[in-house]
Amino acid sequence: MVLSTRLAAVPALLGLSVLAAPPAFAQAAAAAPDSGDTAWMLTSSAFVLLMIVPGLALFYGGLVRAKNMLSLLTQIATLTAIAILVWVGWGYSLAFVDGNAVIGGFDKAFLAGITPATLSGTIPEYVFVCFQMTFAAITVALAIGSLAERVKFSALMLFGVLWLTVVYLPLAHMVWSSTGYFFKMGALDFAGGTVVHINAGVAGLVGCLLLGKRIGYQKEILAPHSMTNTLIGTGLLWVGWFGFNAGSALAANGTAALATINTFVATAAALVAWLIAERAAGHKPSLLGACSGAIAGLVAVTPAAGNAGPIGAIGLGAIASLCCFLFVVMLKPRLGFDDALDVFGIHGIGGIVGSLGTALVYAPLLGGPGAAGYLIVPQLGIQAYAVGVAIVWSAVGSAVVYAIVNAVVGLRVSPDVEREGLDLGEHGERAYNY
Amino acid sequence: MKLVVAIIKPFKFDDVRDALSRLGVHGMTVSEVRGFGRQKGHTEIYRGAEYSTSMVPKIRIETAVDDALASAAVEAIEQTARTGAIGDGKIFVLDIGQAVRIRTGETDDSAL
Repeated sequence: MVLSTRLAAVPALLGLSVLAAPPAFAQAAAAAPDSGDTAWMLTSSAFVLLMIVPGLALFYGGLVRAKNMLSLLTQIATLTAIAILVWVGWGYSLAFVDGNAVIGGFDKAFLAGITPATLSGTIPEYVFVCFQMTFAAITVALAIGSLAERVKFSALMLFGVLWLTVVYLPLAHMVWSSTGYFFKMGALDFAGGTVVHINAGVAGLVGCLLLGKRIGYQKEILAPHSMTNTLIGTGLLWVGWFGFNAGSALAANGTAALATINTFVATAAALVAWLIAERAAGHKPSLLGACSGAIAGLVAVTPAAGNAGPIGAIGLGAIASLCCFLFVVMLKPRLGFDDALDVFGIHGIGGIVGSLGTALVYAPLLGGPGAAGYLIVPQLGIQAYAVGVAIVWSAVGSAVVYAIVNAVVGLRVSPDVEREGLDLGEHGERAYNY
Repeated sequence: MKLVVAIIKPFKFDDVRDALSRLGVHGMTVSEVRGFGRQKGHTEIYRGAEYSTSMVPKIRIETAVDDALASAAVEAIEQTARTGAIGDGKIFVLDIGQAVRIRTGETDDSAL
């Protein structure tokens, strides 16, 4: 959505410069990136990396037992590195070359043809490559939370390469490329509710179903080892999310400002809503509840960040938080599957609620930026269709990838390694020596 | 010689140590331990997953004293560690067969 607007503006700008200046200068003026936009997008790219390493790594790491802390940190750092390399190799090209409605092509494999002078909208294309690269990295890193405390490191590395290629890149192309299937359909997804969160949530769910429960699940104490780390991770995620959401404006402008305020308020509303839900359920207000609520709000506001007014975003964040609470706290214990870090419960459910809710909060009636003639119901249909296709795409594609990985290296560590802890068993180190 | 073993509430440790020092008890071994008696742990809830721990953290003090000091030491611990609430702990007194100070080779009472 945003990308096409920016790209469409380029010829217009070119035309204007030709009229306004002598030809020699026109060429130079046209080729110059907007320095404000470029500065903001450079910053945003680094912000999204901050969300993953160390943000997500600490958030997830704090939630596992001390004997598995280091394995989560290692998995996330290494998957991030792999995603970066895949992205430069063929990821960017398959996601953002025009190609067909489902996938790009290999024209820009290994970033062929891109130079410091190449522009994407008003920013150097290298910056756009970097910004989108971080999205691929965080999506695969998010997904593996469901497999924590029992998955093989080698399996995750192979999974990273295959899953990004088979599942993530086509979905990113469909949503963000101007030739993509959802893009042309008019689905609203500002910063990646479907590509990142629904995708990661569903991949996580499929993965934990195939992998099976942790030894001792619902029998032994599997309590988080450090809520301090989890809060630090949550804070880094929230801060980094300003790059994720406001950066998705691809410019330093009013839409980025709207995405920023929404990323503040939706998260705040969701945090408070989770604690209220805890009280209503007869529990004490917990820090993990506050962190979970905050993440649920961040997830839900992702597709809506530039597509909602602040009051709409508050409502969306609160409702998404309540839905995630009901799923994670009330429903999941009865379903009996072991999504260790609630990737589906927070990112899947939050992503679905956010993507559907974006159709509502986009309406001018609810303070959204939609045009005066905007109709909620048809847009809701488009959103629901996009969500449904994303769920099926991610579920089927992920299942295939897990099956391949299981056949090649095996998904799960031995029971001995699982009991001893993945830190010593898989990495030969401990997170803490004291 | 008697070995006095006391399991007490952790926050009472400083008071107990001071009281024993005033009596002339020169040393002790202290460990952080977990256990339960009539007091029964607590419940933790993480995203709806409920974990009940029956174990309660306590401090375990072991100190060897000569027979004359034993009853005074027990009384001192009893009075300083008591809150009147459930979970105040227990004191056990055991006979010691032999004691040796490793550095000098002194034995029994002179080793304490």
